[in-house]
Amino acid sequence: MAGEAQTVTGYIQHHLQNLVYGKLPAGYTREDGTLLSDGTWTIAQSSQEAADMGFWALHLDTLGWSIGLGLVFCLLFARAARRASSVVPTGFQSFVELIVDFIDRIVKDTFPYRNTMVAPMALTIFVWVFLMNFMDLIPVDWLPLAAAQISGNEHAFFKVVPTTDPNATLGMALAVFILMIFFSIKEKGLLGWIKELTLHPFHSGKWYVDIFLIPFNFLLEAVSLIAKPVSLGLRLFGNLYAGEMIFILIAIVFGTGVLGFIGASLMHMGWAIFHILVITLQAFVFMVLSVVYMSMAHDREEEHKHDQ
Amino acid sequence: MNITMTLIGQSITFLAFVWFCWKFVWPPLLTVMREREQKIADGLRDAERAHKDLQLAQRKATDELIAAKTKAAEIIDGANKRASQIVDEAKQAAHDEGDRLKIAAKAEIQQEVNRAKEQLRKRVAALSVAGAEKILAVNIDAKAHNDLIHKLAAEL
Repeated sequence: MAGEAQTVTGYIQHHLQNLVYGKLPAGYTREDGTLLSDGTWTIAQSSQEAADMGFWALHLDTLGWSIGLGLVFCLLFARAARRASSVVPTGFQSFVELIVDFIDRIVKDTFPYRNTMVAPMALTIFVWVFLMNFMDLIPVDWLPLAAAQISGNEHAFFKVVPTTDPNATLGMALAVFILMIFFSIKEKGLLGWIKELTLHPFHSGKWYVDIFLIPFNFLLEAVSLIAKPVSLGLRLFGNLYAGEMIFILIAIVFGTGVLGFIGASLMHMGWAIFHILVITLQAFVFMVLSVVYMSMAHDREEEHKHDQ
Repeated sequence: MNITMTLIGQSITFLAFVWFCWKFVWPPLLTVMREREQKIADGLRDAERAHKDLQLAQRKATDELIAAKTKAAEIIDGANKRASQIVDEAKQAAHDEGDRLKIAAKAEIQQEVNRAKEQLRKRVAALSVAGAEKILAVNIDAKAHNDLIHKLAAEL
């Protein structure tokens, strides 16, 4: 717990606030009472300030941890790849190969087209998302308190699980969405892709009927298209956010006497063990869905069926 | 909880990591793994083949051994036969040679006897003539009495 004076609500809110760097407008009264004479790029001191910074702000903790963990993944795996030899694998190399083989099999099963990018993408998603989710298992106060100690600011915001930030999960989903559209257009051509969006699922074969079906088709297809990245990003965010929330609530119970401490310890352990499953599963689901979406982007079957 | 530029930053980061993995992590790892799979497959196949070869070689070796034993027995048999044959032949040859030598020796003896007889006869004839001359005190006309002498010599 971060101090006696803090209320439970304040504690929770503090834990759910990112470290935001953004621009505050001129004439803005800050949290500590100072009045800004002109627009300033600064770190938000409160949730209100963070909200007032609008869209053009960066979550330094989210980006920092996600890039850091991504680099950990890249460097470890690149090192394993560089040292790899086709003789008997040992230690870390066999671990890496186990994961690579696992991903390769899943991608081969779900993605029957020729695209060398999909399997590496799946590997990146799985390991990276897993690492980001894994931050959830580190006790909720350790890293924020360490950050507060290092920065000297007792109220410094620091959220260590990037996947509990919708920006991170939706950002990844957006990237998957961009790749989907890119490969759709690359595989089917722009016209083919537009046809897919407008002449499906309702298709009569007579142009004067089809013209009237286009708006309905497009509405349905657009919704299902947009729903893919949104559900992809929100699913991961929701699961991890809920998990983080429960960890925070359990952390509050720690401060409520001896009985509460023992109870909270058991609860924390139970939830953490359960969460090991959740973080792996969510990383896996995100990866499999991304591969499935790529597969749908490459799929021309639908078109041919309706051409007949 | 606000949607901010972080979203775009995260997208770019994501694509960058995917690109890195695509270019530097996945291909070498997969190449190595495929190579090893190939090696293992080859190794298993080789082992299988070696096993078959071994069995074949063992069977062949056994066959060869049996054949060699049979042949050795045959050779020994033949050698034994030939040895006894040679011994028999040698015996026969020795026997024959002995007989031959005996006959030759006999013949020579006979010849020697005959020659001695002849000589003796001649000497007796000469002695007879000389005795007769002395007795008759005359010279016997060799021509006139030749027949007589010869008759005498033949009688001796």
